[in-house]
Amino acid sequence: MGGIVEIRDLAARVEAGARLGLCADYGGVPMAALFELVRLGRARDLHLVCVPVGGLHVDLLIGAGLIATLETSAVSLGEAGGAPRFIDGVRAGRFRLLDATCPAILTGLLAVQKGLPFIPMRGLLGSDVLANRPDWKVIDNPFAAAGEPDPIVLIPALPLDVAMFHVPLADREGNVWVGRRRELASMAYAARHTLVTAEKIVDHSLLDDETVSAGVLPALYVDAVAAAPGGSAPYGVWATIAPDPEAIAAYAREARTQDGFDRWLAARLG
Amino acid sequence: MTATANDGALAREIMITTVADLLAGIGHVAVGAASPIPAAGAMLARHREPAMRISILGSARHNFFTNGSAELFDAAGQGRIGAFFLGGGQIDGEGNVNLVGAGGYPASKVRWPGSFGSAYLYYVVPRVILFREEHSRRVLVPRVDFISAAGTSPDGSYRPGGPHALLTPLALFHFDRQRRRFALASLHPGHSLEEVLDQTGFEFDRPERVPTTSVADEATRLALYGPVRAALAETYPTFATAMSAGVAADRP
Repeated sequence: MGGIVEIRDLAARVEAGARLGLCADYGGVPMAALFELVRLGRARDLHLVCVPVGGLHVDLLIGAGLIATLETSAVSLGEAGGAPRFIDGVRAGRFRLLDATCPAILTGLLAVQKGLPFIPMRGLLGSDVLANRPDWKVIDNPFAAAGEPDPIVLIPALPLDVAMFHVPLADREGNVWVGRRRELASMAYAARHTLVTAEKIVDHSLLDDETVSAGVLPALYVDAVAAAPGGSAPYGVWATIAPDPEAIAAYAREARTQDGFDRWLAARLG
Repeated sequence: MTATANDGALAREIMITTVADLLAGIGHVAVGAASPIPAAGAMLARHREPAMRISILGSARHNFFTNGSAELFDAAGQGRIGAFFLGGGQIDGEGNVNLVGAGGYPASKVRWPGSFGSAYLYYVVPRVILFREEHSRRVLVPRVDFISAAGTSPDGSYRPGGPHALLTPLALFHFDRQRRRFALASLHPGHSLEEVLDQTGFEFDRPERVPTTSVADEATRLALYGPVRAALAETYPTFATAMSAGVAADRP
């Protein structure tokens, strides 16, 4: 486990039809690896799970035509506005859409982490989010006092085939530092394969230093690591690299049409 | 005071002050990403009550969470978050919010980002403040096209959370959970009941004489354009600069 590979070989491990987990825009977006994925063009018909929301990286895979199912609590470009390929794809019904709410996705991953078939969750009752998710069930809380019905939603386990994310730091053993971004670890616990790109791969073990090791996802959960300096751009890397809002705003303008998106993508793929 | 010199700056000041008033007595306030007015209101509230905790999502400095995305929801589910803000493309008279889209589902003609955490937080956070910078019949509708989160639940359901107030640039409404509808609480200076009736797509209760929303007093303004603006600049630099420009134009 935890081998160091080239980024192209890392991206090539994502199979067509895979259920792929990607994180939110605030830290850990493996943009460079996703460009490789698009360039390879093999991983079609993906079931993309946003943990728990998506941004430009999700819009990229939609625009590139790789998504068959999109499971998400939201997709947006933040301050740059709506995600154009997402909005257009929804309107045209280009993929199956599974609207969720953030904690439901996190609960589904937690069930996998614990080896459970489901975990109950509060909220959701009376919403159209729930009404459109026949895979989520409502039961009566079996521990409620007699004569006091307490309906509660069960969220089934949400196993991922692949979790893919970007971190500031990894080591040669395949240990990766996620720091406060614990949802990256949650994705890995719930995935059969975890593929990580890193700003920097260091020679010493990240587990040697007790102050660092608490924020480390150990190589046990990591299949492969590839070096990718600047690998989240135009998104930032938490605690180290700031995002590039101008580049995100430029994408928002250019990707308004599919033709504009295709030109934007071609310029990046070279 | 008249709402002429700089309408935008005054409206912003009233909304920030009203948010702070609505947060009185809360132990821990969470503010979502890209919400400068709620964030400013929360910081003003904390200036008044220094023991108040604020978690601003998307901020490095004003965010305690160390356990990933789940921690906000875990904390909320336990009652550790007293107040939160929600917007929405549509809000209806029963307090239902729609963050998903309009014109059919799933192939919505108008699609917004999505429900985010609303389908959970609305149910468990006791004081949810609905906040929109647009007060129109397009937003405040008789019935939302899609319920991201329901305003109320059947009697007897587990429902510690829900709508507390609705704040717009025109007025403040309170939500009555028993009656399952909004009541107009106050009109902001420079705005009339006729205007609010004209721009609101749902029916609401109102007292015979509707009070005027109170404007910031001198102490509040000193805090707002001093320490609050300075604290806000880390997360919302553009907004903090606009606040300074607004106050300069409004109060030479």
